[in-house]
Amino acid sequence: MPADLRARLLSLRRQLVDRFATLLAMGAAFLVLAPLVAIFGYLVYKGAGAIDWAFLTQPPKPIGEPGGGMGNAIAGSIMILLVASGIGVPLGIGTGIYLAEYGHGRFGTAVRFFCDVLNAVPSIVIGIAVYALVVVPQHHFSGFSGGVALGIMMVPTVGRTTEEMLRMVPRMIREAAWGLGISHWRTTLSVTLRTASSGVITGIMLAFARVAGETAPLLFTAFGNQFWTWKLDQPVAALPLQIFNYAISPYDEWHRLAWAGALVLIVLIVGAISMVRFATSRGVMKGARL
Amino acid sequence: MDSSSVGHPVYPEARGASQARSWTPGSFRRHSSIAEAVFRIVISLCAVTVLVIIGLIVFELVRQSRLSLHTFGWKFFTSESWDPVSGDFGAGPFVYGTLVSSAVALVIAVPLAVGLALYLNEMCPRWLRSPLAFTTDLLAAIPSVIYGLWAIFVLAPLLRKDVEPLLAKWLGWTGLFTGPKYGIGMLAAGVILAIMVIPIVSSITREVVAAVPQAQREAALALGATRWEMIRMAVLRNARAGILGAGILGLGRALGETMAVTMVIGNRPEISKSLFAPGYTMASVIANEFSEATTSIYLSSLVEIGLALFAVTLIVNAIAYLLVWSVTRGAPSRAHAG
Repeated sequence: MPADLRARLLSLRRQLVDRFATLLAMGAAFLVLAPLVAIFGYLVYKGAGAIDWAFLTQPPKPIGEPGGGMGNAIAGSIMILLVASGIGVPLGIGTGIYLAEYGHGRFGTAVRFFCDVLNAVPSIVIGIAVYALVVVPQHHFSGFSGGVALGIMMVPTVGRTTEEMLRMVPRMIREAAWGLGISHWRTTLSVTLRTASSGVITGIMLAFARVAGETAPLLFTAFGNQFWTWKLDQPVAALPLQIFNYAISPYDEWHRLAWAGALVLIVLIVGAISMVRFATSRGVMKGARL
Repeated sequence: MDSSSVGHPVYPEARGASQARSWTPGSFRRHSSIAEAVFRIVISLCAVTVLVIIGLIVFELVRQSRLSLHTFGWKFFTSESWDPVSGDFGAGPFVYGTLVSSAVALVIAVPLAVGLALYLNEMCPRWLRSPLAFTTDLLAAIPSVIYGLWAIFVLAPLLRKDVEPLLAKWLGWTGLFTGPKYGIGMLAAGVILAIMVIPIVSSITREVVAAVPQAQREAALALGATRWEMIRMAVLRNARAGILGAGILGLGRALGETMAVTMVIGNRPEISKSLFAPGYTMASVIANEFSEATTSIYLSSLVEIGLALFAVTLIVNAIAYLLVWSVTRGAPSRAHAG
C-alpha cells in the first residue's frame, strides 16, 4: 500500500472517531434531557386536568369519596416555608456577612467547612436531629419543627451565596463609603449588602426552591394532617408529604390528586428559579432594596 | 476586608468644622464603636450557630443511638436480621441496598453526565449552551418526591414491560438480571437515582473541564489533533481527578437520597443478587419506620443507621472536595458563565 493512501486512510479513521465521539456526547445530552421532558410532560398531562378550585381550596375527602383537594396542604406548606425562611434567611445572611467581612482566620475556615458539611448532610438525618431536639421536648409533631428542619437546610445555601456575592462587590465602593465617614457596619449593611442584593436574593430563592420540595425531613416533624389547621404547634399538612402519601396509596382518585399536587409544587419551584434567572440576567434587581 | 478598618480615623479638619453641628465627632465615634461591636457580635453569633447546629446534630445522633451501639456493636452493619418483634436488629440488607442502588446509579450517571458536560463545554454551538445548561439545572430543581411519583407510574411500568425482559434475555447469564420482573426494585431505584445525580455530576465536571488551561487545548490542536483527540489528550487527561471527584460527589448525593428511592425500591429487607428484586436502603428504612418505632431499641437502631449515613456522606464528600479542588485550585470558576 502506498504511503500516501495509508496516511489518507489514517486521517479518515481519525475523523470518523472524532465524529463518533461527538455523536456519543450528543446522545448523552439527549438521554439526559429525555427524562426531563418526560417528567414535565407527564406532570402537565396528568396534573392539569385535576387542578380546579376545589383542589386548591378544600382539604382531602375520606377514602372512597371523590373530590376533595390539597388546600390545607398548600396552606401548611406556606406556613412551614415562612417559618423556615424566618430562620434560614437571617441566619444565612448573617453567616455570609461574617464569612465575607471577618472570616479570614481559622474560625472562618471552620465555619465555611461546616457550611459545606451541613449542605451535604442527608435531609432525612436532619429530620432525625430535629425530631430529637424539638419534637421530643414538645411531646408532639408540629409545623414549627418542620419549619426548623427546613430552615436549617436553607442556612448553608444562603450563607455561601451571600459570602460569594459580598466578595464580588468592588473594594472601591466600600472605600467610598468609608471616605464619607460611614462606619464599617453601616457600610456593610447599606452599601455592600445593598450592592450585592440581587445576588443575595438569588441565593435565597435557590434555597427556597430547594427546601420547598423537601419531604424527608417533614416525615417526623410536620408529620401531615388531613384537616385545616393554622396552629404551628400542631401537626401540619405539607404539599410534598401529601404527594408522597397519595402516590404510594392504592387509590386511583388519590393518584390523580398526587399528580395535581406535584404540578402545583413544580410550578412554584420552577417559577422561583425562572424569576431568579430573569432577574440576574436582566439586572432588573440591581437597585432592589433589601 | 479585615477588622483593622473598623475604627477609621476622623480627620482633624472635620473635628474643627463640626462644632456647629448637633453632634460632636467624639460622641459620634463612641456611639459608632458600640454599634460596631454589637454588629460584630450579632454577625459572629450567626456564624457560631452553624457550628452549634452541626454539633447538636452529631450529639443527638450519638446520644440516641448509644443503646443500639452498645447492644449490637459492629456486627450491626453485617447482621441480616431485622426483627422488631423480638428486638433483634441488623442493618446488613440496608447497607447492601444503599451501596448497590448507588452503584447502579453511578454506572448509568457518570458516562452520561461526562458526555453531557463535554458536549456543553467543548462541542455544542454557543447559542445552544445557555438554554441546555439551564435545562440541566432544572433537572436538579425537581423535588425528590416528584421523581418518585414519576418513577412509580411511568418508569417502573416501562422497566417491567420493555427494559427488564430485554435485560433478562441478553444479560441474564450474569445473574444480575434474573427472577420475576416487578418493575419496582433495585434497578428502578438505581435508574431514578441516576437521573437525580446527573445534574450535580455534570455541573462539577463542567467546572473541572473549564479549569483546564486553554493553552493545553490549543497545543493539542496545533499539533493537528482532531477535536476528540484534543479532548482526550488535553482536557480529560488534565481533568480526570476532578471528574472522579464529581462522580464521588454524586455518590454522596445518591447515598443519602430518600424519597424517590423509598417509593420504587420495594422496601423489602432482603439481600438478593438480582437487580430485579426489591430491596431496602438505609435512608428509606428511616423514612418508613421511624415514626412507627415503638421500643427504644428499635428507635435507637434507626438513629444509628442515620448516624452511619451521616458519617459516610461526610467522608465521601470530603474525598470528593479534595479531588475537585486538586484540579480547579487557582482557576476561576467558569462553569456558570456559559
